[in-house]
Amino acid sequence: MSQGLLERLRERLDGDGREPVFAHGLLAVQLPREALLDTVKLLKDEFGFDMFLDVTAVDWPKREPRFDVVHHFYSTHDHVRVRLKMAVTEADPVVDSLVDHYGSAHFMERECHDMFGIAFRGNADLRPILLYEGFEGHPLRKDYPKELEQPLVRYRE
Amino acid sequence: MNEVNEKSGAFEYLTTRKDELVGWARKFSIFPYPFVTACCAMEFMSVSSTMYDTDRFGAALPRFSPRQSDLLMVVGTITHKQAPILKKVYEQMCEPKWVMAFGVCASSGGFYRNYAALQGIDKIIPVDVYIPGCPPRPESVIDGIMQLQDKIANASHPIVNEKF
Ligand code: SF4
Repeated sequence: MSQGLLERLRERLDGDGREPVFAHGLLAVQLPREALLDTVKLLKDEFGFDMFLDVTAVDWPKREPRFDVVHHFYSTHDHVRVRLKMAVTEADPVVDSLVDHYGSAHFMERECHDMFGIAFRGNADLRPILLYEGFEGHPLRKDYPKELEQPLVRYRE
Repeated sequence: MNEVNEKSGAFEYLTTRKDELVGWARKFSIFPYPFVTACCAMEFMSVSSTMYDTDRFGAALPRFSPRQSDLLMVVGTITHKQAPILKKVYEQMCEPKWVMAFGVCASSGGFYRNYAALQGIDKIIPVDVYIPGCPPRPESVIDGIMQLQDKIANASHPIVNEKF
């Protein structure tokens, strides 16, 4: 049954610059970032993907555009997952925020902003959530020096 | 304490016996403050409950206020974000106070070598006992407590001022 749903979804999403393929038992969709909000609305309203699992990013230091922003959605009714993947450049690492559709986006977008420096248009509160005020840089980017620490307390002699 | 008294052997004898007495009292009434942040907590529970029972060493009654405790047990990974809290807790404790680094994370950062983890709590506060292990066996924790007790027993315990 769930396979049928994913198959219908794949047909529905094809086109508009979107490329849906099956990977590891879930539907993975490569799409341009302009199409994000429409696609999410369609997933949520027509196909019942009611749970926003996570948003993260992948850093490809040698590739242009450098980042992939990855969203995962889950349907608690049909028990299937969908992955959305958008390429963004280092100069303009911005995608639309999902806070209007999923409340959990508030926190997960903050984390993604902490770790990769991706900005979310429409999310007004991108304060650090796992890092702290004053932390410079984004530790999960490949060019962050892996042993660089930014202590808050002065060390003893 | 006048000049004459200070030079006499009687005074030396008295202070040594006083240190012994106070040290003996203090080493069997360690009130720990568990600053528990990570997986080492499981081992802390094991060592403080029936099977290993730190109560046998007079070190089992945890005080959850730093002002009432004299042993700060730092159990688990300390991140840079948490370091100011640890420092504040340490500063709130009254003298005399001792610090135990429980597990490799607290002692040296352990296998975490990245932007997040503090490379050993001795970077920010003084430490008396280090207990290695990830997590340490309860036996090593008990060994650590006994070493700390020896340290307390052999220290001088000024009560009124530096001299007495
Ligand atoms: S020393 Fe090991 S068990 Fe203890 S907090 Fe660190 S990782 Fe966890």
